Amino acid sequence: MNKLARVTLLGPQRFEPNVADVFKQASFCGRTAVITAGWQEREEEINELAEHLNLDVTNLNLYRRAERVFNAEPDFHHAYSERQNMLLRLQRIYRMRLEKLLDVARRFLKRSEDPDLMDLERESAIADVRRLDEHHLSRIREIHASFNQVWKRDKLPGLQAETEAVARDLHDCDALCIAGGHVAILLNRMRMFNIAQAADGLPIVAWSAGAMAISERIVLFHDSPPQGAGNAELLESGLGLHRGLIALPHADQRLRLDDPIRVSLFARRFHTSLCVALDAGAVVHWDGTNWHTALAARALTQDGQTQPLELACP
Amino acid sequence: MSLTIRALEQSKPQSEGIDSWIGNQEFPLVEDRYVTFVYRGEADQVLLQHFIYGLPTSQDFKRIEGTDLWYLTIEVPPHSRFEYKFDVVKNDQHSWIRDPLNPRMARDPFGSNSVCHTAGYEPPFWVQSDENAREGSIHKLYIDHPNGSRNHKVLIYIPARYRKSRRYPLLVVHDGQDYLKYASLKTVLDNLIHRLEIPPMIAALTQSEDRIHEYAANETHAQFVVESLLPLLESRLPLQRGPETRCLMGASFGAVASLHTAWKYPGIFGKLLLQSGSFAFTDIGWHQRSPAFDPVVHFVNEFRKHPGRPSEKIFVSCGTYESLIYENRSMVPLLQETGINVKYREFRDGHNWENWRDRLREGLSWLFPGPLWMVYE
Repeated sequence: MNKLARVTLLGPQRFEPNVADVFKQASFCGRTAVITAGWQEREEEINELAEHLNLDVTNLNLYRRAERVFNAEPDFHHAYSERQNMLLRLQRIYRMRLEKLLDVARRFLKRSEDPDLMDLERESAIADVRRLDEHHLSRIREIHASFNQVWKRDKLPGLQAETEAVARDLHDCDALCIAGGHVAILLNRMRMFNIAQAADGLPIVAWSAGAMAISERIVLFHDSPPQGAGNAELLESGLGLHRGLIALPHADQRLRLDDPIRVSLFARRFHTSLCVALDAGAVVHWDGTNWHTALAARALTQDGQTQPLELACP
Repeated sequence: MSLTIRALEQSKPQSEGIDSWIGNQEFPLVEDRYVTFVYRGEADQVLLQHFIYGLPTSQDFKRIEGTDLWYLTIEVPPHSRFEYKFDVVKNDQHSWIRDPLNPRMARDPFGSNSVCHTAGYEPPFWVQSDENAREGSIHKLYIDHPNGSRNHKVLIYIPARYRKSRRYPLLVVHDGQDYLKYASLKTVLDNLIHRLEIPPMIAALTQSEDRIHEYAANETHAQFVVESLLPLLESRLPLQRGPETRCLMGASFGAVASLHTAWKYPGIFGKLLLQSGSFAFTDIGWHQRSPAFDPVVHFVNEFRKHPGRPSEKIFVSCGTYESLIYENRSMVPLLQETGINVKYREFRDGHNWENWRDRLREGLSWLFPGPLWMVYE
């Protein structure tokens, strides 16, 4: 590919960075914006990334800008915090219901007797999980809609000014890189400054939490946490800048890919999307319609295995 | 089941045969639920001195007739870990030595012991140094101490990627420097932070020169922690504020000091991590332990009458091979009745540093859940 794809998703960049290769292979020599808001207070420490890219770079500083907005608009800040608290509470309630449904689905998938009866029961148990996921997303959408109804950007001069500044910065760039980090903070800052609209038409290269935040659905996952059962859960809808793929960075460390029950349940639960392990070295491209794999990306399959993404792409 | 040592004994081995047999085994021999200890050498008697509460403390080895090979087989459940020594008796002289055939050993402030792992026990992976984990650093801080020392040293663990612009939770560790040496505390903190299982935090590692006195429910110590150490830390370091961001931890008498401090100053430390606490008490009569326990028993008796609400979230752990298991178990319902969120865990282990090390992940990640679910770097 000698041109940047509309969206390129990569694996983690700490040990085997390959984001520069993506730009080189596309013969890209323009200016790229970077979003590192997921790094929070380390947002401005982009020297290593900039050196690796060896391109002209503009840091959009969304985390710092958000802090300025919160200072300038205290009522907005208060309401924003309240909304986040409400979302946290809702997430806890969702998690309680999810635990029961996933436990049943997992037990049904393990059960080998009564295959004639169990096939339908399994499918029904997984459908229950999907219904809960959809319900959860719709509740979150309602909360955001109510918030946005009250807190309109054009009535908040501090937010409006920063959003316009971000749009101007992006206008001067030819691509956008979105790094990983804290996925909720990253998503919220990108929403706050309307990145989905401002970056329209720009090629995007994203990795780790960045790849998750711009997807349609953000799934939080860890099969072996130190506490709890390790139930993957939906966080929210993402920015939806790519379609049909659930990004699973660090899958080799976070998922028990050798456990066919867990892999199968994951793939069947999110069956309308490709569930893609994005480990170090992975590169996948989205052309606006289809996914194309370049390197090392694997998809989770409904029979509990993983396979190269190109075999899973429709 | 047929044990390896029995087969050897029945073969009436000669010296060379014993050499060869020893060279082909790992000691102690762990076969299903049976552990066989082997000692080779001239002696009048060999005894096993172990630290498993509930078994006879001193058990005789048997000598294989006509040889200098001694052995003892005992039954120990799987997933156990315990420490031991051999008591070799010659001419009425007792020598306590580590098992010469077992390379595994554990150190503590009093020396070192041999370690036995029964079937299924594995040292946790997160206590080993991980080359991918960014390393925190250890710094020194000096403070006036009520014992008269004007330069009492407190070690401060600063997490990797520390930024002054960020605020951190605080962990205050009794016997902190022993935790560093004998329980790999720095490695554990580095690994758990790297794995996002706990948030980056600052730890103050205190050490007492007279812990039996200072940690035994001593009001001066509690006052030192709350009124001297904590304000100093808060003035020097970017710490989060509020009890929910602070944890006191310790093992044995260090656990007593942690609970006592939180009890005397409720609402300061919202979290406690209590390992193998020496929570001796009496329902009737007086205790049978050493006089060092007198103030502890007095405190725990008072605490059991009036627990109050020293903290909001408490992790308690104890080894089932400890003499303190009853006291720790009985603490749990008492704490729960007060409405405190309590998690209690026990394992087949003894009163030792590796037990306390092995529980750190579960305790710390429960008290301070990390950003594991939210951060994908």
